[in-house]
Amino acid sequence: MDLFDLINFYVIPGIVLGSIYALGAVGITLIFAIMRYAHLAHGDLATLGAFIALAAVTSLGISPMAALPIAIIGTAGVAVGIDKLFYEHLRERPKIVTVMASLGIALMVRSVIQVVWGVDTQTYSRGIVRPEDYFGFRIRDREFYTVIAMLVLVGGLQLFLTRSKWGKAMRAMSDNPNLALLSGIDNKKVVILTWMIAGGLCAAAGFFLGFNTELKSMMGWHMLLPMFAAAILGGVGRVEGAVLGGLIVGIAEELSVLVLPSEYKAAMAFAILLFMLLVRPTGLLRGKVL
Amino acid sequence: MEFLGLVNYGVFMATFIAIYALLALGLNIQWGYAGLFNAGIAGFFAVGAYTSAILSTPDDPGRIGGFDLHFLLGWIGAMLAAALVAWPIGKICLRFRSDYLAIASIGVAEIIRLVIKSEPGLTNSARGISGVPRPMGDLGYMESQIAYLIMVLAVLLVAYLLVERQFNAPWGRMMRAIRDNEGAANAMGKDVEFRRLEAFIFGSALMGLGGALFVHFNRSITPEAIDPMVATFLVWIMLILGGSGNNRGAILGAAVVWIIWSVSEIATDQLPAEYAIKAKYIRLFLIGLMLQLVLRFRPEGLLPEPLRGDLRTAKSGSDRK
Repeated sequence: MDLFDLINFYVIPGIVLGSIYALGAVGITLIFAIMRYAHLAHGDLATLGAFIALAAVTSLGISPMAALPIAIIGTAGVAVGIDKLFYEHLRERPKIVTVMASLGIALMVRSVIQVVWGVDTQTYSRGIVRPEDYFGFRIRDREFYTVIAMLVLVGGLQLFLTRSKWGKAMRAMSDNPNLALLSGIDNKKVVILTWMIAGGLCAAAGFFLGFNTELKSMMGWHMLLPMFAAAILGGVGRVEGAVLGGLIVGIAEELSVLVLPSEYKAAMAFAILLFMLLVRPTGLLRGKVL
Repeated sequence: MEFLGLVNYGVFMATFIAIYALLALGLNIQWGYAGLFNAGIAGFFAVGAYTSAILSTPDDPGRIGGFDLHFLLGWIGAMLAAALVAWPIGKICLRFRSDYLAIASIGVAEIIRLVIKSEPGLTNSARGISGVPRPMGDLGYMESQIAYLIMVLAVLLVAYLLVERQFNAPWGRMMRAIRDNEGAANAMGKDVEFRRLEAFIFGSALMGLGGALFVHFNRSITPEAIDPMVATFLVWIMLILGGSGNNRGAILGAAVVWIIWSVSEIATDQLPAEYAIKAKYIRLFLIGLMLQLVLRFRPEGLLPEPLRGDLRTAKSGSDRK
C-alpha cells in the first residue's frame, strides 16, 4: 500500500469522521464545562437532528444541505425544551442525578425516533457518489462540505465565545460559576444559550454522519463513546481541544482497521478514553478534570 | 387448562423478577451504598451468562469449551468473570468523578456486546450458545420451572441476607460515609479508593450471577437476548423506583417494574401487527418517562433508605427540596 492509498482510504475518511465527532464533542465539552455533568443523551439528540433533516428533505423536497439549518434550529429547540422539562428541577441535586436523567432521556428520544421514522436504514439521497480526483487524492463533495461546515461552525462559536458579551458570560460561568453569578450574569440565559449551541452542533454531527453514511436509529448512541473520548482527549471545557480530540479519535478509528478486525473499530475510542483517564485526565490542552 | 397457564405464567414472571432483583441488589451495592454510577449492567450480566454457559455446556468443537462442569461451578465462574471485568475499570475510573465511570461502563458494555457478536470461537457469534443445562431440568416442564424458581429464590434470599447484613455492619456504614462525605471518610483514615473498588466488584459479581441464573433458565443465549440499553435501564429504574440504599426497595422495585413491563407487553400484543411494533418503542418511552417522574417527585423511592433516629425526618426534608 502506498502513501496515496493510506491517505485516500484511511486518513481522509478519518478526518471526515473526526469532524463529525468534533461537532458533537464541542457540545459535550460545553455542557460539561458550564452545567458540570456528562450528558449521555447527546448521541441520541444527534440522531434526532439527522432525522429532522430527513423529514425536511422528504416533505419539502429540498437538498440535504438546505435541510441542515432546519435540523440545527429544530434540535436546538428540542434541547432547550428537554432542559426545561427534565433537567431544570434537578439542578440543586447532586450532578450525577442529572446524568442518570439524561440516560433516560437518551432512551426516550430514541424511542420517539423509532416510532416516527421506524428502525430501517434510510438515506438522504440515493445513488453512489464517485469521489473526485485531486492530484491523486480522492475526495467526495460531501466530505468537503463536512470538514468545511465543521470549521465554519466551530470557528463561529469560538468567535462568539471570545468576542460577544454572552459568549464571555458563558466562559465566565465555566471558569467560576459563583463569581459569574456575583457579577450579575443571568444564569438562566447562559444555560439556554448553552443548550441551543450544544443542540445545534449535535444536529450538525448527526446530519453529517447521515450525509456521509446512512441514517439509523442507533447511530447516535454509537457516537456517544467517541464523542466523549474526543472531549476528554482534548481537555474538558476546551472547544479547540474537542476539535483536536475529535480528529484524532476519527483518524485513529479508521487507522485501527489496519491492525484490528474492523468489528472492533469502536473499541479504539474506548481505549483512547481509558488511556487518557489513566495518563492525563486533563487532556491534551489542559482542560478541567472536574 | 386456563388455570395451569396462569400458574405457568406466574412462575415464569416470578423467576424473572428474582433474577432482576439480584441485578438490582448488585446495583444497590454500587449506587445505593457507594454512589457509583454503573451504566453497563447489561455487560456484566452478559459476561456472567456466557461464562456460565461455556463452563456448563458439553464439549462443542466450534468454540471454546464447553467444559461440562457442574452448574454451581458455572455460577461461581460467572461471578468471578464479572468481577474480573469490573476490576480494571474500577481501578481506572473510580478515583475520578462519577460521570467518567458512567461513560466508561457504557463503553465496557458496548465492547462486551462487540466481542459477543464477533467472536465465533468464544461465543458462537450470532447463533449463540444453546443446550445450557438447567438444574433439575430432567423433571417435567412444570416441575422443572417450579424447581428452578425455588433455586433462584433461594439464591436471592442468600444474596439479600448477605447484602443486608453488610448494610448494618461497619462496612455498610463506612460505605455510606464515603458516599455522603468523601473528605470526612478519608480524614477518618478510610481507604476511599480501595473501598469503592470493593463495592464496584461485589456489585458486578452479583450482576454476573444474575446473568448465570438467566442463562440456565433460558437454556440458551444469543447476542439478541441482551439489549444493552433496555437491560441496563430496567435495572436502574427498578432500583430508583424501589428506593436506592434499601435492599427491600431494590427487590420491590424489581417486582413492580417487571410486572408493569410485562403486563404492558401483553396489552400491546393485542394490537394489530403494524401498531404492535411501534407500541414496543412507546413502552420504552414510558419507562424513560417513569424515571424522570420518579426522580422529580419521589427521588427517595417507594422504600427510602433506612436511617436511625431523628435523622430520618431531617433527611427526607432536605431531599424533597
